[in-house]
Order: sequence, then structure tokens, then C-alpha cells
Amino acid sequence: MDTQLLTYIFVGASFALYIGIAIWSRASSTNEFYIAGKGVHPIANGMATAADWMSAASFISMAGLIAFLGKDGSVYLMGWTGGYVLLALLLAPYLRKFGQYTVPDFIGTRYYSNAARLVAVICLIFVSFTYVAGQMRGVGIVFSRFLEVDINLGVIIGMCIVFFYAVLGGMKGITYTQVAQYCVLIFAYLVPAIFISILMTGNPIPQLGFGDTLVNSDVYLLDKLDKVTTELGFIAYTENAKSNIDIFCITAALMFGTAGLPHVIVRFFTVPKVSDARKSAGYALIFIAILYSTAPAVSAFARMNFIDSVQEVQYKEAPSWFKNWENIGLIAWKDKNNDQLIQYSSGNALEGVKPNFADGRGVSGERLVNNNPDLTSTNEVYIDRDIMVLANPEIAKLPGWVVALVAAGALAAALSTAAGLLLVISASISHDLLKKTFMPQITEKQELFYARCSAAVAIFIAGLFGIYPPGFVAQVVAFAFGLAAATIFPALLMGIFYKRLNKEGAIAGMLAGLVITSAYIIYFKFLNVHMNSADNWFLGISPEGFGFVGMIINFVVALCVSFFFTKPPADIYHLVDKIRQP
Amino acid sequence: MHNNYWRSNLKIVSILLIIWFLVSFGFGIIWSDFLDQFQIGGFKLGFWFAQQGSIYFFVLLIFVYIYLMNKLDKKHKDNTEKES
Repeated sequence: MDTQLLTYIFVGASFALYIGIAIWSRASSTNEFYIAGKGVHPIANGMATAADWMSAASFISMAGLIAFLGKDGSVYLMGWTGGYVLLALLLAPYLRKFGQYTVPDFIGTRYYSNAARLVAVICLIFVSFTYVAGQMRGVGIVFSRFLEVDINLGVIIGMCIVFFYAVLGGMKGITYTQVAQYCVLIFAYLVPAIFISILMTGNPIPQLGFGDTLVNSDVYLLDKLDKVTTELGFIAYTENAKSNIDIFCITAALMFGTAGLPHVIVRFFTVPKVSDARKSAGYALIFIAILYSTAPAVSAFARMNFIDSVQEVQYKEAPSWFKNWENIGLIAWKDKNNDQLIQYSSGNALEGVKPNFADGRGVSGERLVNNNPDLTSTNEVYIDRDIMVLANPEIAKLPGWVVALVAAGALAAALSTAAGLLLVISASISHDLLKKTFMPQITEKQELFYARCSAAVAIFIAGLFGIYPPGFVAQVVAFAFGLAAATIFPALLMGIFYKRLNKEGAIAGMLAGLVITSAYIIYFKFLNVHMNSADNWFLGISPEGFGFVGMIINFVVALCVSFFFTKPPADIYHLVDKIRQP
Repeated sequence: MHNNYWRSNLKIVSILLIIWFLVSFGFGIIWSDFLDQFQIGGFKLGFWFAQQGSIYFFVLLIFVYIYLMNKLDKKHKDNTEKES
């Protein structure tokens, strides 16, 4: 059977499974819609949290990024797992004890203020939509490459599936679908990794394989990789290019941001007991760690394989994956020295970095680009880092069914995260904005209706992001984590651990974090892109890491402002005492 | 009684967070280059902490926390029952 047909079968079967689960687990009350009736087993919740968390970015992009960043890529590995320790130790059990539906709910109640609730809703909606946009792009890439469907049609199919189980099933439907999606995605991630590990090092465990010697040689894979990358003019694979302070701040921003992401926190509201909230954070991290400890191995294999299979190869003889990805515009080749061989090294292949394709083919049959070659380097290859995981099985010449499996896994990762985010958005609109702020008289049934409507609208907007992808998706990811770290995390942490913090302090802190972090990121990422380099940064901290600074500002402002206003009322002290008890 | 529970809880959390900081920010970033002179298998030690070791420690830390907190919860429950 050819790969295309297999991909249709795998993707079709997985979609049928998700729809079946959705019908079986429909939600009938707001309690079930928002938090699955608090009846989810910790292991199931751990899997659902893992699927919720591991997005198209984790599945598709992360290993590719690390493959090209080398040791600098560690920021994603540590940042996106270490946050769970903070969640488990500092937030999850207490928020579960508090026992409401949403994150703004906690902030609004603890700081006895609808203004605080509103600030939290704004941060939450911004963070969540930023994230959804990335998922929809992921769905689009997979559909166009593997199913050769039009990207728009692919996004619409994805929207329909999510619509079906998110609107119908709410949190309950999403949770059980995510359990299935976790199984699909982790299987799809591990199978090619294990295959490639065996092929390259003879070791079936990728986590050990990438510290092992290459097959039929006594050279360690990482030593070989260091040697090859240095020869091509890159920094050695196992060494940092970024400064230590920047790596420190980016890791911290990602960690504290993870702990402040509403769609992750809300998962801990779904378990029956406080001790279950702790347990499910533990299970979630195990399930996440399985992928995250495999990813750097995949990265090292992919970098090695990529260099081996294209370096000094005639374009005409280049492997078919190279041409397939070129056809959809994510690889480009410019024969700078007219020798018809592919040369890959450090530096940009093209002026303006991203290829702008022209009609027609060049001498060797390559796609022509309008860009001038970048003559400051000898590199001839432009490659979009997002394709490494998807292309990896083909690069390693694995059988067609593995390629099909990876496509189904990538879709599972993108859809599960999108659904979780959409639910958080809809709950914050129907519950926090309507029920708790503007229309307190609505009945539970009406609230459920509004929740479904806002989920539908949110899916529609997310779909538009997928069809007309904003060019700034990659830039705004820094935004999502930075804002979560600088606004939501401190408000939650101090709400639990510092009783004296009053509403004035909390609101001032959140606003200070929000404004200063946004200003810094907008200044460097949108207004003065040419100035975005270490020389101009505050203390050498990049916009990606600035959320950490914003978080410290939030803490300082909140504590100072709080000091000048009266203590919170006595019932808030009781509330905090109550959530501190098991 | 409640204060005792809360104080033990804070102690557990702070100790675990110190380890959390050491294995990631410490060994994976600040002293990473220094640790790179040691080698385990094909890994330089600092690189291993940054891309593998820290993740394993994170998982371990949460399960140690679950264990200690369940024990503390049980002790707390026994004590409150004795009181009443």
C-alpha cells in the first residue's frame, strides 16, 4: 500500500475514534461541561493533561528547533517540564481545594474584586488565542503535506472535529478524547525514534542511544555531531551560543509561564480530591517526560541524518523528501557556486532568509526563488525547522506506515491542545464574563447554552487563524508564556501563600507585569525588529526571557502597593486558611 | 495544629524546590560548562543535565512530594481525630 493511502486510513481511523468517544461522553450540566463533574481518575487526567499540554509545537516543532539550536534548545526541554514541579508543589492542590470552575474565578474571589477577575480574563483570552493560532497552522501543515489536501479544507475538517467534541462534550468529552489522543501521539512519536535509534546506534532506547556510539564505529554520536557541525561553521552541537543569563531567563519564563497557563491549571479542577490533584500532576509529568526526553535524541539523530543525506549530493540525486518539502515551500536550494551539488553550512542561503518562490525550475530542476543569494556565506539550503519531525521518518527511510502514523500523531497533538484551549476560552466568557459579572441572573441551562455558543465562536475564530495564518505566530509564542508568567502566575502564588495581599496590590501587580512585559516584547519584536539583538537588550535578556523580569516586577509592585492599602476582609483570611488545609 | 501542618508543608516544598533549582538552573545552566568536563557514556555531564537529567529529576521530585504529603495528610488527620 502506498504511504498516501495508509495516511488516509490512519488519520481517518483516529478521527472516527475521537468522534465515537465524544458521543459516548457528552456533557449534560455546567459542572460536566467545565470540569468533567470532578470525576476523572488521576491517571486519565494525567494523560489528558499531557495531551492538552503537548501541542503541535511540542510534537512538530520542538525537536526540529533543538536539532538546529543544539544545547541552546535545552531551554524548551527544561522550561516546558520544570513548570510542572511548580504546578504540583505550589498551585494545583490549593486551586483544587478552592474548587471552582476557572482560573479568573479564583483570582476574582480571592481578591474580592470583579476588576481583578476581568484583568485575569483578558490575560487568559490573549494567551489562549495566541496558542490556538499555532495549533491551526500545525493542522494545516500536516494536511497539505501528507494528505495533499488544500490547507483550507484541512483546517475546516479539523475545525469540524473539534467543534463536534468540544461543543457537545465540554470538558468531559475533551478529557476522554485527549486520553485517546495521548496514546496516538506518544506511539507516533516513539516508533520512529526507536527505529532511528536502532539504525544509527544499535540501541533501541533513544534516550540512551544518543549518548551511544555509532553503528560499526567506536565514535560517540554526539562527538561526531560536534565535529561535523564545527566543520560546517556552526557552533558545536553540545555547546551554548546564547549567554547564560539569557538561557536562565528564557528557561524561567517558560517554567513560570507553564505553571500559569490557564488551560493546564484548569485540568486539576477535574479530579475528585486534593490528593488526586497532586497525583495527576505527577502522572502528567511522567507522560510528558516520555516525549520530552525522547525529543533531544530525535533532534541529534535528525541533525546528523540531515547533514549526511544532503551534503555534497547532486540536486538531481537528492532524496525525494527534499523535493517534496521544496514543493510545498519549506525547503529551498540556491546553487551559489553552480556546481549542481547541495552545500549546507552555517549562515543564510538567501537574502531576507525566507524564500519567495518564482515560477519555473532552474538548471538542475530546483524551484527558482526571487531572493538574491546571501553571499556572506556558502550555505545553499534554506530549511524550515518545523519540518524535521515530520520529515525524519522519510529521511531515515522508514516504511510508509511509520510516516502515516506520524501524520496521525501530529494531528492528535494539535487537535487535543486546540480543544483544551477553546474550552478555557468559552468557560471564561460564559462563566466569568456573563454569569459572574454581567448577567448574574441566568440559569444553569442558559449558562451552558452560552458556553456552547462561545466555544463555537472561538472555534470559528481559531479556524480563521488557520486559514489566514497571521505571520507573527512564532513571535507571539514568547508573548503567551511571558504574559502567563508575568500576570497569572504571581497572582495565583501570592493568593495562596501571602494572605495580606489585597486587591489593590494584586491588580497593580498584574497590570504592571502585563504592561511592562508587553511593551518590551512589542518594542523588540514588532516596532524595532532591527534592534532585536543582545547589545540592545535589558541586561542581555531577550524578549523570550523577559516574562521572568515581568514576573519579578509583578511581585515587587504587588507587595509595595498592598502595603499602602487596608488588609483584605476577614472572610478572605478564612478562605485562604481553608484552601491550605488538606 | 493547623499551623503545624502548614509549616511542615512549607518545609517540604522549600527543600524540594531547592533541588528543583539545582538540577535545572544550577547543573543545566549555571555550572553546565564546568560539568561538561565530566563524561557519562557519550554525554558531557552538563549537556546531559540540560537535556535529560533535569527532566528525570522533575518527575522524581513530584513523586517524592506526593509521598511526603500523603504521609503528612494522614498524620494531620490522625491528630485532628485525637483532638476531637
